[in-house]
Amino acid sequence: MEILELDHLSRHFEIQPGFIDRVIRRHPMSYIKAVESLNVSIGNNEILGIAGESGCGKSTTCTMVSGLLEPTSGDIRYKGKSIIGLKGEELRQYRRSVQMIFQDPYESLNPRFRAADIVAEGPRALDLWDADEIDHRVIEILNAVGLPAHKYTERFPHELSGGERQRVGIASALVMEPEMIIADEPLSMLDVSIRAGILDLIKELQEERQFSSIYVSHDLSILGNVADRVLIMYLGQAMEIGPAKDVILNPRHPYTRALVGAVPIPDPRSRRAIPNIRGDISKPIDPPPGCRFAPRCPHADSSCQANFVELSTEDPNAHQAACHKLDIIADG
Amino acid sequence: MTKTATPEPLLSIRNLGVVYSTSQGPVHAVSNISFDVHANEVFGIAGESGCGKSTLIRSLLRLLPDNGRMDAGLCQYKGQDLTAMSDEAFRKNILWQEISLVPQSAMASFNPVHRVGDQIIESILAHRDISRAEARERSAGLFDVVGLQSDLMNSYPHEFSGGMRQRAMIAMSLSLDPGLIIMDEPTTGLDVLVQERILRRIREIRAEIKSSIILITHDIAVIAEMSDRIAIMYGGEVMEQATAVDMFENPHHPYTLGLKNAFPSIRDIGSELISIPGSPPTLVGPLTSCPFAPRCPFNLDTCHQANPESINIGTSHQVRCIRTADAKQFRKLAREKSTWRS
Amino acid sequence: MSANRLSRQLKNLRSGLAEHYRIITSNRLSAFGFWIIILFVVVAIFAPWIAPHEPWEMVYDRDGNFASLRPPSWQFPVGTTHLGYDLFSQLVLATRTTLLIGATSGLISIIIGANIGLVAGYYGGKIDEVLMRLTDILYGMPFLPFIIILISLFGRKLEFVILAIILIIWRTSARVIRAQTIAIKQRQFIAMAKARGCSDFRIIYRHILPNVLPLLLLYAAFNIAWSIITEASASFLGFGDGETISWGGMLYELWLSGKTRVAWWWFATPSICIVLLVTSLVFVSRAYEEVANPRLRKR
Repeated sequence: MEILELDHLSRHFEIQPGFIDRVIRRHPMSYIKAVESLNVSIGNNEILGIAGESGCGKSTTCTMVSGLLEPTSGDIRYKGKSIIGLKGEELRQYRRSVQMIFQDPYESLNPRFRAADIVAEGPRALDLWDADEIDHRVIEILNAVGLPAHKYTERFPHELSGGERQRVGIASALVMEPEMIIADEPLSMLDVSIRAGILDLIKELQEERQFSSIYVSHDLSILGNVADRVLIMYLGQAMEIGPAKDVILNPRHPYTRALVGAVPIPDPRSRRAIPNIRGDISKPIDPPPGCRFAPRCPHADSSCQANFVELSTEDPNAHQAACHKLDIIADG
Repeated sequence: MTKTATPEPLLSIRNLGVVYSTSQGPVHAVSNISFDVHANEVFGIAGESGCGKSTLIRSLLRLLPDNGRMDAGLCQYKGQDLTAMSDEAFRKNILWQEISLVPQSAMASFNPVHRVGDQIIESILAHRDISRAEARERSAGLFDVVGLQSDLMNSYPHEFSGGMRQRAMIAMSLSLDPGLIIMDEPTTGLDVLVQERILRRIREIRAEIKSSIILITHDIAVIAEMSDRIAIMYGGEVMEQATAVDMFENPHHPYTLGLKNAFPSIRDIGSELISIPGSPPTLVGPLTSCPFAPRCPFNLDTCHQANPESINIGTSHQVRCIRTADAKQFRKLAREKSTWRS
Repeated sequence: MSANRLSRQLKNLRSGLAEHYRIITSNRLSAFGFWIIILFVVVAIFAPWIAPHEPWEMVYDRDGNFASLRPPSWQFPVGTTHLGYDLFSQLVLATRTTLLIGATSGLISIIIGANIGLVAGYYGGKIDEVLMRLTDILYGMPFLPFIIILISLFGRKLEFVILAIILIIWRTSARVIRAQTIAIKQRQFIAMAKARGCSDFRIIYRHILPNVLPLLLLYAAFNIAWSIITEASASFLGFGDGETISWGGMLYELWLSGKTRVAWWWFATPSICIVLLVTSLVFVSRAYEEVANPRLRKR
């Protein structure tokens, strides 16, 4: 059963041209098409990894899923029900059931709050339980994330290490008893030696508490480790989706191939092939209708410029690549 | 790619230490650092935040803040004793001319109100007695070397993407033909395809020029791909120093083993990642024990009693650990998650 | 459990106060200023018991002579006026007025300024536009003509002096708090509070306010100091409350008497009090400036 479905989800942002351009030269409004017609579903108790370079639309997607940003078009269905236009109590309930873990543990905790208050803030804001119950649950969750409550409840963020802060962040999401967690690069600001610990914690808690999750990262090696399935995005479009191992070890889309090929390998003897890709990444400002990777793709032709392959959500476990030229690439 | 060590190293550091005086007491950010950088080599320094790698390069370039004090047994560049040199002479003859820096945040390193090209031209003119036109020509050549079109010289820093800025910074660091380029996390925060291109470019430049490079990063994979020799830093000290191949195939220090465990490789997806329990030392006061001992699964009582000396275990392989004899066994044990439970 | 919580809150309060005490005493000048302010506050509270005479009571010396324009002596520590009023009593009782005006208008103006700054900065857009144009208009309002008109319309009453000061003074704090709020609202912990379901009200007053607090205290001290100076100027020009004695009012009476060249003690004492109190407030605010702007802090 799918807990979350993104159905042709798009989000465009207007950019105002300068006053003179707008009024005198009559330039039309420009749009950043941050997310374009995205179809993905997330199963119960599944971790979906989203990877891509900056500007690929992964953060915009997360913000829309968390209910903090309205899509331009398309639909987000949570347990089969659209969340677009939810109001009042229903919106509150939805927001509670979808919680975020943030990237920067140095920035995402209010410096004037103690650890216990940071964790208790969500339940207090939504008035979920009475004060004693909240205290009780805060202590329980702090213990669960590996921060013994008797040692940590009174500490301020500046008295915690990076890893401990991220654990507080995780606790403050989980205390809400979410059914879905969106983790936005939760490891990228942490030291290498403690990353695995946080990763294990997320996996452990996910098994124990049975939530689904979207895990956003630019690091494919980590996604391969944590995610069940991986979605690769480029400039707002989905490029490839499939079981994590299949996508990373056997990428089909030219972009995924380049991306995987560009990851350095911790072995001085290994030599990677040069990724087969041209030019620089641009911005999705008024992009042409076709595949946005086409200008950089070695295999692209006029059909790629003209239209774009959309992924389908019929078989969630299928390995699909949004490319016209898959047969050519597979041979080459 | 690597040649055997030439008799005269380009840069030679012995027993370098840096102490910051803070309200909590003296912080020994860097202690007992000794290494050589040879001609035409990439020397990688890897370590996590707080390991002292940034302090180390700051002290080399005399960019320490006022409360930092460096003392070194020896700091020799091309046979010249740098410690004996006045700040004035260092700035005039060594900085940029001989040792240049590619800083971590290239954005902050360019003045936002001047064109990128002009800033490079100015830095050339400040040190070389050539005409502006010649300097411009030279800058254009450097832009070409780092793979930027030369008409971009007329752009302002904010018009550049992160990767372009980093490449422009590398061009600037090359502008005076330095003997040594220090690159501080040159690709941190960049997207992987951009990083790939910059690393490739650095490798190509290396083939063309004669400069040596000190590459500082926390990314073990980048270090592995780029370096000839590697030093692993922890707690302000070099824990292990070896050729890149040796470091990855014949590691000895428990910290090196732990770091390798914690770092995922895209080639073996699904292999278990293991973190090192605990957190790095605060470094207040001089080291009286092995800084890694509290987190080390193989520590003995003696590890807590004295800071071990660096031991030579091969021609160019040094380890700061008293249990090097058991390294083979450690390597096997380190792959077990249970070993690292605190 | 709830007793536990109460004790924790008390502990937080105590540690918070201790923190402020530490901030103020961390710097010798601000510690000096702090104790001077405490002294003035004590004098203001006990003024009626400290002052030996009524402010406008004619006094006589021990010999029964009318004490007019006496220089400082044991009996009249700061001398008397030409009409034989005891300046020490006037000074002590005026401390009360001055502090009352300073504290009331300083605090009310900071509350108005902070709220307007927080709301404008947090919501942005039209709300910000309207509120900030309002402060711009106030910036264009010259203080003295404003208070002159206000007083000529409603009469020379203490309330109107306070009101006039408040109406003018909140503008600077509103602008500064707004700027700081905009900076803080972009930080990730605000996004986190939003994601956890906090309402706007809760985010403004629970998440942003504590983070602008050092700045707020800095401007509270400034506003109090500014109110005191403003009240003194207004009173000196004759726009104070004629019924209530104040330091500025004392100087006004001196001016009216035409004895400025003769009675040095008459102008010296209120002037010193004004300068001392205002400087003390500025010293204390400097300590908060370092907290609000860590770049000023020394290593």
